[in-house]
Amino acid sequence: MATERLTDIGPPDFRKFLSPMITKNYGKWKYHEILKPGVMVHVSETGDKLFTVRAGSPRLLGIKRIRKYAELADKYCDGYLRFTSRHNVEFLLTDQSKIDPLIKDLADLGHPVGGIGPAISSIVHTQGWVHCHSAATDASGVVKAVMDDLHEYFDGTKEIPGKLRIALACCLNMCGAVHCSDIAILGVHRRPPRVQGGLNKLCEIPNVIASCPTAAIRPVTVDGNPSVEIEEENCMFCANCFSVCPALPIADALNDGVSIWVGGKVSNARVEPRFSKLAIPFLPNNPPRWPEVVDAVRNIVDVWATHARKFERMGEFIERIGWPRFFKLTGIEFQKEHIDDFKHAGLTYKRSAQIRL
Amino acid sequence: MAESGGNGNGTPMLDELEKGPWPSFVTQIKETAEFKEEAEQLLHLLERSYHEKMGHWKHGGIVGVLGYGGGVIGRYNDLQDEFPKIAHFHTLRVNMPSGWFYTSDALRTICDIWERHGSGLTNMHGSTGDIILLGTTTDELEPTFKELTEHGFDLGGSGSDVRTPSACVGPARCEWACYDTLDLCNELTHHFQDELHRPAFPYKFKFKCSGCPNDCVAAIARADMSIIGTWRDDIQIDHDEVRAYATAGMDIQKDVCANCPTKCMDWDGKQLTIDNSNCVKCMHCINAMPKALQPGKDRGATILLGSKAPIVQGAQLSSVIIPFIKLEPPYQEIKDLAERIWEFWGEHGKNRERVGELMQRVGLGNFLEAIEIEPTPEMIAHPRENPYVFYEEYYEEGDEEEEAESTV
Repeated sequence: MATERLTDIGPPDFRKFLSPMITKNYGKWKYHEILKPGVMVHVSETGDKLFTVRAGSPRLLGIKRIRKYAELADKYCDGYLRFTSRHNVEFLLTDQSKIDPLIKDLADLGHPVGGIGPAISSIVHTQGWVHCHSAATDASGVVKAVMDDLHEYFDGTKEIPGKLRIALACCLNMCGAVHCSDIAILGVHRRPPRVQGGLNKLCEIPNVIASCPTAAIRPVTVDGNPSVEIEEENCMFCANCFSVCPALPIADALNDGVSIWVGGKVSNARVEPRFSKLAIPFLPNNPPRWPEVVDAVRNIVDVWATHARKFERMGEFIERIGWPRFFKLTGIEFQKEHIDDFKHAGLTYKRSAQIRL
Repeated sequence: MAESGGNGNGTPMLDELEKGPWPSFVTQIKETAEFKEEAEQLLHLLERSYHEKMGHWKHGGIVGVLGYGGGVIGRYNDLQDEFPKIAHFHTLRVNMPSGWFYTSDALRTICDIWERHGSGLTNMHGSTGDIILLGTTTDELEPTFKELTEHGFDLGGSGSDVRTPSACVGPARCEWACYDTLDLCNELTHHFQDELHRPAFPYKFKFKCSGCPNDCVAAIARADMSIIGTWRDDIQIDHDEVRAYATAGMDIQKDVCANCPTKCMDWDGKQLTIDNSNCVKCMHCINAMPKALQPGKDRGATILLGSKAPIVQGAQLSSVIIPFIKLEPPYQEIKDLAERIWEFWGEHGKNRERVGELMQRVGLGNFLEAIEIEPTPEMIAHPRENPYVFYEEYYEEGDEEEEAESTV
């Protein structure tokens, strides 16, 4: 009866999930073309054509919806589909005539088709209040509100100069790796952790002290028990101490919120990969639709879409016009918080007299 | 019970997020709540978070499946009396197939298992790439795992171990794949199963495989070892197709040549010429004219190390460690390199110190020595600007040239 307990078998071999057509043309693709928003064709040396239909998704999916995807894949592409690194679902068709009926079925299900080429693709994001202990904001809710506002840039209704990639992470751990995005939405804490009683029973005090990048945590004795205290003026709210010690909660409804970062990219096209830079230090958590965040992102997208040249990503655009003009065009107030004061901060100062006055 | 959670019976705030054109996660939770009480309670717990502007999930606990140290994220809510069905609500990370390819049957298999053993909620996919099975009880972990493995699936990484490697779509559907990203990812994942399931490192270690410098899996930003496809011969040109782009209205001088970072291209109105010796493989021209230009034929990858998000010592991008390497199965050089890195990191890394931070702390020069790689100018943006050189040896008066004394 009892079957042997299997371990360390690893993931299934991807080759099992490739269609016969993909297997036949593996490594033989010659070029691709974008046929219309969210639809592209890859043409092989053999002359075979593979059509991809990319649809947006909320990332958080119930099994009922995944079964729907499976049904659509069976109906239109012999059951072959994949997901992208930005949470989109892609149907892989061999029959061009099935593209439009598939798009209609996806629309009926509430999934827009788009996100290919010069477009805003889905927002890479994290768990937020749905399932994370360290979230400074929700993830899915902010993403939903922002994409409701920007969907015309996803489905191609509105044209833009180039690619624009948005990401959201609900705290500085950055499970969403937002630090190299054209626009990044980052949950931030702004109140130092509160030291709870009995910390020494839950946490290794030397680990807690070592976890602080600014050495703001000191050992103390409280009521005869070892504990820690936090030099609040040296805390920059990274929450690394909370990651190693649950007795140092940092989330705080009054002070948590969202910051906005711009100009990062990972691709090597034209200019090298680069980090996103701070655009707006703080916006409040205002559920359910985070209007301040939606407006801020929309404003930055509009400024870029209006002024950027063809192909120019956000960071290239800002580099060309300069940061002072970026702040002027967006109307974002420049504040002390925009100036780096962590390691190597000096490298970010303007060290020349080349200024657009 | 759920009725007492949230703000009364309804979820007015979350209901707002069912409006609008983008597909709604709230609809997904509600759809699942029709047959899963856990999803119903999650909905009300989340509604409460929306009112209070605070999460209600506690710090993870140590839970998992027998013999593994990773793959399960322990999760408990802090209102257990009100939301008992999700008192334990642990995540299973299930290792996805390379490139996130599935058949409809494979997806149904996952759905069926998750209907039997968990909340019915998922992420397709998590940020590192795993299939995220979102929420089940401690008792269900082992039975879920058993069914997953019986159907050919296994858990991914979590904690201080090899995290689930990921790969772009690669040669399965991309003409720009300079090596077989899917095969390398699959091979590394299977080869390092022990390192993936049993955390023994100072902190996490991620592999990401991108087939070209467009880097669709963000390897340079998100992987301790970033394996990015490239080539070292000439860009392949189909001159007729170049002219076809021009005829179709593309301004090749402005849109392509002027955007080249090294200005190694020229268009005279009839002929495109490329000084390939000065090409840095940025991909712009190829992206702009995919029918006319292709990466060269002598393909391989650049290996870069050390990227990470800010925690603890600041965010980093990966930096070049091997400018060019051919990648063929069984990829022994990559496996050996990873093991040399882990050996040095295991000995010298501090708790929660990523490889990129270790490289900074000990210096890239010393790190290269430790992992037995010769320094080359491709590894730096420019040579040092400061004169504070840590020479390790000096001569004493009367020394023979070859008998320099160590200062250590």
